[in-house]
Amino acid sequence: MAEILRVEELTKYFNTKSGLLHAVDGVTFSVEEGKTLGIVGESGCGKSTLGRVILHLHERTSGKILFNGEDISEVNAQKLHALRKDMQIIFQDPYASLNPRMTVGNIIAEPLKNYKLTKSKEESEKKVREMMDIVGLADRTYNLYPHELDGGRRQRIGIARALILDPKLVVCDEPVSALDVSIQAQVLNLLMELQKDRGLTYLFITHNLSVVKHISDDITVMYLGQMVEKAESNEIFRHQYHPYTKALISAIPVPKYNAPDNQIILKGEITSPINVGKSCRFAARCPYAKENCFNTEPVLEEVTKDHFVKCHYVKEINGF
Amino acid sequence: MSEKILDIKDLSIRYVTEEETVLAVNGISFSLDKGESIGLVGETGAGKTTTALGIMGLVPDPPGEITSGTIEFEGENLLEYPEKKMREIRGGKISMIFQDPMTSLNPVMPVGDQIREVVLLHNNVSKAEARSRAEEMLEQVGIPKERYDDYPHQFSGGMKQRVIIAIALACSPELLIADEPTTALDVTIQAQVLQLMKALRTQYQTSMILITHDLGVVAKICNKVAVVYAGQIIESGTLKDIYTNKQHPYTIGLFNSLPDIEHETSELKVIKGLVPDPSNLPKGCKFNPRCPYCTPECCENEVEMTALSDTHSVRCIHVGEFDREA
Ligand SMILES: Nc1ncnc2c1ncn2[C@@H]1O[C@H](COP(=O)(O)OP(=O)(O)OP(=O)(O)O)[C@@H](O)[C@H]1O
Ligand SMILES: Nc1ncnc2c1ncn2[C@@H]1O[C@H](COP(=O)(O)OP(=O)(O)OP(=O)(O)O)[C@@H](O)[C@H]1O
Ligand code: SF4
Ligand code: SF4
Ligand SMILES: [Mg+2]
Ligand SMILES: [Mg+2]
Repeated sequence: MAEILRVEELTKYFNTKSGLLHAVDGVTFSVEEGKTLGIVGESGCGKSTLGRVILHLHERTSGKILFNGEDISEVNAQKLHALRKDMQIIFQDPYASLNPRMTVGNIIAEPLKNYKLTKSKEESEKKVREMMDIVGLADRTYNLYPHELDGGRRQRIGIARALILDPKLVVCDEPVSALDVSIQAQVLNLLMELQKDRGLTYLFITHNLSVVKHISDDITVMYLGQMVEKAESNEIFRHQYHPYTKALISAIPVPKYNAPDNQIILKGEITSPINVGKSCRFAARCPYAKENCFNTEPVLEEVTKDHFVKCHYVKEINGF
Repeated sequence: MSEKILDIKDLSIRYVTEEETVLAVNGISFSLDKGESIGLVGETGAGKTTTALGIMGLVPDPPGEITSGTIEFEGENLLEYPEKKMREIRGGKISMIFQDPMTSLNPVMPVGDQIREVVLLHNNVSKAEARSRAEEMLEQVGIPKERYDDYPHQFSGGMKQRVIIAIALACSPELLIADEPTTALDVTIQAQVLQLMKALRTQYQTSMILITHDLGVVAKICNKVAVVYAGQIIESGTLKDIYTNKQHPYTIGLFNSLPDIEHETSELKVIKGLVPDPSNLPKGCKFNPRCPYCTPECCENEVEMTALSDTHSVRCIHVGEFDREA
């Protein structure tokens, strides 16, 4: 399989009143065509920023982005326009990301117009209606406005708009988090079907672990701007080696009566992403932390085949 | 003996617009004792938020109007309160975490100050004390206090949601209504927030209405559950009733559509069909177009609640007649 996206040591810092905020800090990964990389992690750990930097919605501070082998870390407006056709995003909030004054049909047609991909109005309309059919939007909604539809249908508009240009890579930023479970299931099934039919590659950002497990081939866990664990999806649900991932998996609320509570509760101060020092960023909350963890930053290393962990004491903690 | 704090009877709310009349809430009744916590679950458009707005006296009018019912809070009908009295209650005795956190923060005020304001308003403390209380609240929801002076646009989605939660908890309400409070949060932060809410319940006997589609969250902090469909409660009971002895076909479908973390499946089960259009509800049982057990009788008359026990009620005429595992 061909690699479609690779990022190397990607970094994004924001200037704030209290100092430099390390939103994304030295992230490296690659994704193969037709696969899904799930990105999970604590709220505020930099998932959305990572997705946005890859699509040039924010400019990176340093590092490399390669798309189909080509270095796209720095691009001019013209190149960016061309790239956007192949790289699309589905936003977290189906309410805020759609123009309330445009009809469903026009919202979905807009990218076609921007890229002058259709010769006539009729052709564009035909393409839009086909796309609506694919994502399961009834034809009668063509002339409706977003506020006249429920959340699930609005999210389908976002999906149709992202897919109408036939992109290769789609960043899905929490595409189902705002939806209720039964509609979540419908939208997830749809995304997976579309991937099968069109060979799409997804970067799937979410904090919902049961969702990410369902859709991803590989999973990356982030903590305060950095990748702390990465492995194949089922593997990571079987074996969590990083102390943060352990806590994360143990905290999933189980929809069962009197479910046993073996949750690992994290204590300690939350480290600020501003002016971070040389330490393990999880040290202040880690139940296994030793002095060394506060002075040296661990490196991401392969502990078993294709399973990477960033922790000084991963072997001791897991009894390898 | 437990003390009843909230008693809602036969509440109906509709939205009347030029084109249509939306029957959003259709005869909802439930009650809550001091220190109890009820989970309201159900699909998009079921009327959960509208019910909450009804309690808060915040149904937008027009187009909204309350067409029947009473909402007794500490023995008095809130629907008869003048607006001035309601304003004192809101953010004081009753506090609500709104579903859309992005719009409820002031974009031009530092987040910390927004919490401090609430502390000042509801407690007799100095500005400095209020600030340290606000810093403490920030840390409790997992945000380092150094970020006190940041503005909302500098926060991630989940961080904004946590600020809203901190604001709602800062005034120690008697009744807390939380509308999808943890949807934007990862599970470790969610666990922290749920613990905070649980502590309120045990320490201060705060009662809660938790609106959510996360059945795992309900299992963690609620002792009662009401499943809402098309503006009606279609099944209600204790946590145990609903999780171990669910009876309504819709409740069963809802639980079946959850992705299961413990098993590997290729496709998620979904409840077929869509939520009914509340401006054009089906005759008879509102769930009949989607129900696998529907018979002609289900499409004739309004279906009433049947009590299965002191705590457990179901709105289905064929309850117990079908195989629940199928
Ligand atoms: N425009 C900005 N200016 C300053 N700081 C920002 C900006 N956007 C994001 N940040 C900060 O960068 C960090 C990462 O934010 P990001 O939105 O990427 O998090 P996230 O992982 O997507 O979180 P969530 O799950 O809550 O959406 C946070 O500390 C956030 O406050
Ligand atoms: N201001 C309004 N004007 C007209 N109709 C409205 C208004 N607010 C809500 N509705 C309609 O009332 C019905 C109930 O909406 P409500 O927001 O209470 O549902 P909900 O159960 O909270 O759904 P969700 O899970 O999506 O938040 C829906 O059909 C909705 O479209
Ligand atoms: S390096 Fe130390 S503090 Fe960091 S996760 Fe490992 S044991 Fe915990
Ligand atoms: S009353 Fe009939 S249609 Fe309604 S839930 Fe029961 S079996 Fe299904
Ligand atoms: Mg985000
Ligand atoms: Mg709602």
